[in-house]
Amino acid sequence: MTVKTAELVMAIVLALCSIGLMIKSAELNITWIEGRGPGSGAWPFWLSAGMLLCCLLTLYRWIRRITPESRNTDLYMTRETVVIVGTSAGAILFLLAATHLIGLYFSLMLFLLFYIKYVGRHSWALTMALTIGIPVFIFCLFEWALKIPLPKSITEPLFYPIYDLMYS
Amino acid sequence: MGEILGLLGAGLLQALEPLNFSMIVLGVILGLLVGALPGLGSVNGVAILLPITFLVPPTAAIMFLAAIYYGAMYGGAISSITLGIPGASTAVATVFDGRPLAVSGKADKALTAAAVASFIGGTISVILFTLFAPPLAEFALKFGPAEEFSLMVLAFATFIGLGGDDIPKTIFSILIGLVLAAIGLDIISGQPRMIFGDISGFMHGINFLVLAIGIYGIGEMLWTLEQTKGQVTAHNVKLSLKEIIKDIKDVKEYIGTTTLGSVLGYFVGTLPAAGATPASLMSYGLAKTFSKEPETFGTGNVSGVAAPEAANNAASTGSMLPMITLGIPGSPTTAILLGGMIIWGLRPGPLLFTEHPDFVWGLIGSLYVANLVTLVINLLFIPLFVKILTLPFTILAPTIYILCVVGGYAPTQTMHDVWLMFLFGVVGYLLRKLDYPVAPAVLAIVLGPLAERSMRQSLISSQGDPLIFFERPISLTCILIAVALILVPVYQKYKRRKNANKSEPEAES
Repeated sequence: MTVKTAELVMAIVLALCSIGLMIKSAELNITWIEGRGPGSGAWPFWLSAGMLLCCLLTLYRWIRRITPESRNTDLYMTRETVVIVGTSAGAILFLLAATHLIGLYFSLMLFLLFYIKYVGRHSWALTMALTIGIPVFIFCLFEWALKIPLPKSITEPLFYPIYDLMYS
Repeated sequence: MGEILGLLGAGLLQALEPLNFSMIVLGVILGLLVGALPGLGSVNGVAILLPITFLVPPTAAIMFLAAIYYGAMYGGAISSITLGIPGASTAVATVFDGRPLAVSGKADKALTAAAVASFIGGTISVILFTLFAPPLAEFALKFGPAEEFSLMVLAFATFIGLGGDDIPKTIFSILIGLVLAAIGLDIISGQPRMIFGDISGFMHGINFLVLAIGIYGIGEMLWTLEQTKGQVTAHNVKLSLKEIIKDIKDVKEYIGTTTLGSVLGYFVGTLPAAGATPASLMSYGLAKTFSKEPETFGTGNVSGVAAPEAANNAASTGSMLPMITLGIPGSPTTAILLGGMIIWGLRPGPLLFTEHPDFVWGLIGSLYVANLVTLVINLLFIPLFVKILTLPFTILAPTIYILCVVGGYAPTQTMHDVWLMFLFGVVGYLLRKLDYPVAPAVLAIVLGPLAERSMRQSLISSQGDPLIFFERPISLTCILIAVALILVPVYQKYKRRKNANKSEPEAES
């Protein structure tokens, strides 16, 4: 897809999202309440209407070839970009999905293992040091210092001995 | 004046307390690193590291974040000079002469000039801040909800008028930020609003950090990976104490442009949307204009490094002025700082000076301390920072992603927010590729609840009469300036297009 087409597609998608937001905010009162000002839904409704107007303006400018993007026939995403950005986005997606299943700490380890060893092709010594070191640091900072428990899902029982040490 | 000096003295003492001083030093080091890493700037550092400040009291937290802000401004120059890649947009102008100096073997001279000029810029701007903040806060005490709302309209208008981006796309960015801020419980009636798919996670609204970390953490990293393809090469730097002293003595070469850049940077920094990047570019332009050898600019003139560096540091302090006194952030970084203050239970604005003088003067005192600490650390550890810059992206990127994920989880402790953050990061990256500015959305999500509250309070007090915004002089002035800020660039663009259309047929004939 070229940058030119991407701008058109994006403007249409954002216009549809704006309409969706308008419909959603119209579930509440969007009219003027005498003596009280706007209803609860009026603020987001009119802001979304403004968003729609901006998208229509962008579409108009695209048709008239005013924006630089509307004249740009380069690829929106080159193959190299798709690989480099897609790998990162895919890895984060995996990290988040895996967090629901095996908790954050073990997901972090798999994420780091993949990124450092598979993508970065670093040595096993560095890979293992970071794969273990970073989650341990995160644990100490959040669970121990900040007292913010991070999600552990089914791996929660594995942490009981550490909790015993921390809170005894 | 005596009263100000007394309060400043107390603030300085507070900044030198062991915990606060340690936070300043830590903040400066992290700021220098974040600023030096290509693609990351103060805003990314502050957004990603804000959640860890819940560990310390608000005063230490704001000192830590302000020190990151300060350090990042210094740090940006390190990568601009040694890598030829600006660490942040604020250091773009530094590349113009910094890189040629490094290539010709004078990286030490450029780095020292950047550090000294940043120090001068920081010092001048902090003095200006100390002088201007109390009277402005006193003036702002006259502000009611109508004035507050008009002032926010003005802040948004500056993004449209001075941002220099595509106008419909900038307005879209502001509006989407405001809509995202409106999700959750209605502030007046308490009714649930825009709860998509009845997902309970939307009930508590969308924390500004979710958007800020998404855009400035994940989105920015994706952008940087695309731009650099993960490849950077650093220019080696060797600095000895003798060389540093010799380079510092060269300050007389650029003291004039540095002072001018500092004053300019401070005032440009106070304008929302203008900030450090245009300030540094303007300062570079002025230095070149007033130089006796303008032709040497771009080929390695040390004034070309000093002028933008002084301006971007001064602008960072300048952008804190409206944040502290009016509750209006002067830059995306201060927007996040402002959000942090709200999380800590503080209400930014003029009352902060009377209700929490310790906090305000502690922050001001910390700026003086941070400025000096940054200079020392910067000069001593430049070679170390350069080494860290050569860290492969395959180590840096996952570390930053992890900080984003845990940072996005910490404020509300729900995975719902982490998923949203990821979504915002990816969408923000895709939008940025199409020239949609993302900074206005972050400013808007922070100011959104305040803007809606002040607008609806005004309308309730006027019994629904919108003329309240035009009847009060301060409010009317803000609205008129806002309208002018929006209309002037629209008119200029229209005129430019008309002229271009006119010249096209002439050229054809």
